[in-house]
Amino acid sequence: MADAVLLIENLRKRFGGLVVTDGVTLEIGPGELHAVIGPNGAGKTTLIHQISGTLSPDDGRILLNGTDIIGMPPNDRAKLGLARSFQITSVLPRFSALENVALAVQARSGSSYRFLRPAAREAELNDQAMAALTEVSLDHRADVVAAHLSHGEKRALELAIALALEPKLLLLDEPMAGTGPEESERIVTVLKKLKGRFAMLLVEHDIDAVFALADKISVLVYGRVLASGTPHEVRNDPAVTEAYLGEELE
Amino acid sequence: MSMLAPALPARKSARVEIAVVAIFIALALVPFAAAYGAQSYILGLFVRVMVFAIAALAVDFLCGFGGLVTFGHAAFIGLGAYTVAIAGAHGVTDMTITLPLAILVSALFAYVTGTICLRTSGVYFIMITLAFGQMAYFIAGSLAPYGGDDGITLPPRSTLFGLAVFKDDRALYYVTLGFLAGAYFLLRAVVYSRFGRVFRGARENPTRMATIGFDVFRYQRIGYVIAGALGGLAGFLLANATEFVSPAYMSWQRSGELIIMVIFGGLGTLYGAIVGAASFLLLEEVLAGFTENWKLIFGPLLVLIVLFARGGIVGLVTSIKARLTRG
Amino acid sequence: MSFTLFIVQTLNGLQFGVLLFLIAAGLTLVFGVMDFINLAHGVQYMLGAYLAVMFYALTGSFVLALILALVAALAFGLLLEFTVFRHLYDRDHLEQVIATFGIIIFLNQAVKVVWGAAPLNLPIPEALAGTVQLMPGLVYPVWRLVIIASGLIVALMLYLLVSQTRVGMLVRAGATHARIVSALGVDIRRLFMIVFGFGTMLAAFAGVMIAPILSVEPGMGDSVLILAFVVIVIGGIGSMRGAFMAALLIGLVDTLGRSFMIDILRLVMPPSPARTVGPAIASMLIYVLMALVLYFRPAGLFPAKGRS
Repeated sequence: MADAVLLIENLRKRFGGLVVTDGVTLEIGPGELHAVIGPNGAGKTTLIHQISGTLSPDDGRILLNGTDIIGMPPNDRAKLGLARSFQITSVLPRFSALENVALAVQARSGSSYRFLRPAAREAELNDQAMAALTEVSLDHRADVVAAHLSHGEKRALELAIALALEPKLLLLDEPMAGTGPEESERIVTVLKKLKGRFAMLLVEHDIDAVFALADKISVLVYGRVLASGTPHEVRNDPAVTEAYLGEELE
Repeated sequence: MSMLAPALPARKSARVEIAVVAIFIALALVPFAAAYGAQSYILGLFVRVMVFAIAALAVDFLCGFGGLVTFGHAAFIGLGAYTVAIAGAHGVTDMTITLPLAILVSALFAYVTGTICLRTSGVYFIMITLAFGQMAYFIAGSLAPYGGDDGITLPPRSTLFGLAVFKDDRALYYVTLGFLAGAYFLLRAVVYSRFGRVFRGARENPTRMATIGFDVFRYQRIGYVIAGALGGLAGFLLANATEFVSPAYMSWQRSGELIIMVIFGGLGTLYGAIVGAASFLLLEEVLAGFTENWKLIFGPLLVLIVLFARGGIVGLVTSIKARLTRG
Repeated sequence: MSFTLFIVQTLNGLQFGVLLFLIAAGLTLVFGVMDFINLAHGVQYMLGAYLAVMFYALTGSFVLALILALVAALAFGLLLEFTVFRHLYDRDHLEQVIATFGIIIFLNQAVKVVWGAAPLNLPIPEALAGTVQLMPGLVYPVWRLVIIASGLIVALMLYLLVSQTRVGMLVRAGATHARIVSALGVDIRRLFMIVFGFGTMLAAFAGVMIAPILSVEPGMGDSVLILAFVVIVIGGIGSMRGAFMAALLIGLVDTLGRSFMIDILRLVMPPSPARTVGPAIASMLIYVLMALVLYFRPAGLFPAKGRS
């Protein structure tokens, strides 16, 4: 794919004697929602960490819109268009929901080396922040301090923050983890709405959600991509069924 | 919830503004009240209060807003003071030179040490700021030509274009008050600015800030330099006020006292730093008047404050007010 | 710079290092196991010295004074733990720093009230008061050798305790996984108290041993405290081995640095600036060392397992 947003080539990572990422190759095109599934211990989280910069691969390349991002600190990756949500919700607890998002807007619009004018009054920042909050249906909670939001609302806030960054690629690290069925559905609805706007890499255990959302699925087993293709292709791949899905899809 | 600061109100509260202005007005009136008593003593006391209030503001900014607990901030006061003293020893007393120089030296020290310290966090940050404070302390103590351990008295106070403007204690008093007010309003603006938001966000969740695109380290370093520069300013004023400079100004106990002042007043409120510095120093004077052993009261008082009075004096006042209005 | 002087200063450095270890050991344990920054650890050291002076005046025997001082210091330490410290374990470090700072202020003053501000002295037990000839031309005070020896013995004892006993194992586990240890049914409170008490006694022991050499005065614990923190940061928080290595390292670097810095500098600069700059650099050495260690090895040189 010539215009791949994310191109991972032959990524390798080992921890001591344990090979966690074993030559992973993956491509995500613009606007594509690509899910990565696999049993526990398959190396999904490690993969996300290598893309986000928390871990450094031993070998291989990770190209974000053609630029190799290996070795780049997280803030530089963000400037190149990488946004992420965290497996364990990570927001600014004492800031309001609006301020959380406004900060993200601030990060990509203009300089933050401004020392005198009150940022909370900047209409442009607030407007864009509100727009993002509205997308995830949190606009009515804009002035609530983030620590007081429910778990699901915090998850939505994370998505709003990511949205406000206008990313090229959004990493979703188990966005449904720890949410009940209602909140899960809400997140799926939001993700469906956002589909196509930018590329997304979704790591998730909730298979129903994955099959409802994904354009492409890669199955990761023992650090290797066992199969990659459309949901239909993956569902019918005997190797996958055998290794992972078992009888779930009868 | 820890002592480390309540939520910053999104918008500045009018009531707080009024209270702060009232404090400044009260301070402005002190010299008039003092005319009835031991003027020199009272003026001297309150100038010290204001000088340390400036330093405490800087510490509150770093600690209460930036989450950077510095145990070496007295070094900046010392640097500012020593700049004045050393310049004075070489015949340079004009504040158009010594004031910017004092601030510059402190800012530079902050930049260099900040670059190293800010790579660490938590207790390591505390330790390494302490270490740099000790370094400054020992360097000053070894400057034999400038008094060494004993310190050095200043020749006359700073002059302005050759005029001995600080000869009158009141002039120094009002200039100090002016700088205090300036420091307060400056920091207040900074805290609510774009930069301030990033600085505060870095305390809440540095990882998140990085993934949004902020190079947290750079912002924190700038904050550290601002705080250091204010410390240098305080040092300049202190040297003028006491006409004496010694390494003791930079001891770790002094740095600890700055933190105590901020905690006393209420961490993370800015005006709490002023309240804290005033209460700490005034309490010290009053208690010392009663008994030589005021520290026997003061020590346990600190422990009690930590255990029971989170949010310092400001926090106490707020919660008392809340309780009264609820009744 | 003579060889004899070098040996003497090396021994002095070892003695200083051993002293620092005795103090740092308690500090690093408490910090490692309970995540508690105890600024008041320095006053335990000071108290040990004062109590020894007091008991010596009462009993006339150094050994008795030592034992009584240790017991009294332990009792006092546990009292502090019970009344103040155990309420601080859950708080953040800043609050612990402020509260223990308050204790320092209080105790430094209290000691002045009880014993006066003038420096006191504790005589070396007669049998150990002299010097011994280590080699031709080199005499060294016996008492300092006693300090070195006792410090090493204590270090060995601690090593055996921590690595061979059940309590030691719990301490090591608690240093990295206090919650898990607690969840396993171990009375974490009792464990904390034991750790704390032990640390207190070590510090007091250091105070008693050094009292004959230094003067016993209010505030004597403050400078040592800072050094002890430098030791545990360089050694690695929670690590006994780290505390031992770092203490010796710092003792040697500081002592040798102060003695020979001017000479070292004179290799690269004329004598006059060397004499001005030398002492300054010598006092700064260990802080520079700490800054370097923190920069390159943020977890210390010998971090406790599971901590880096």
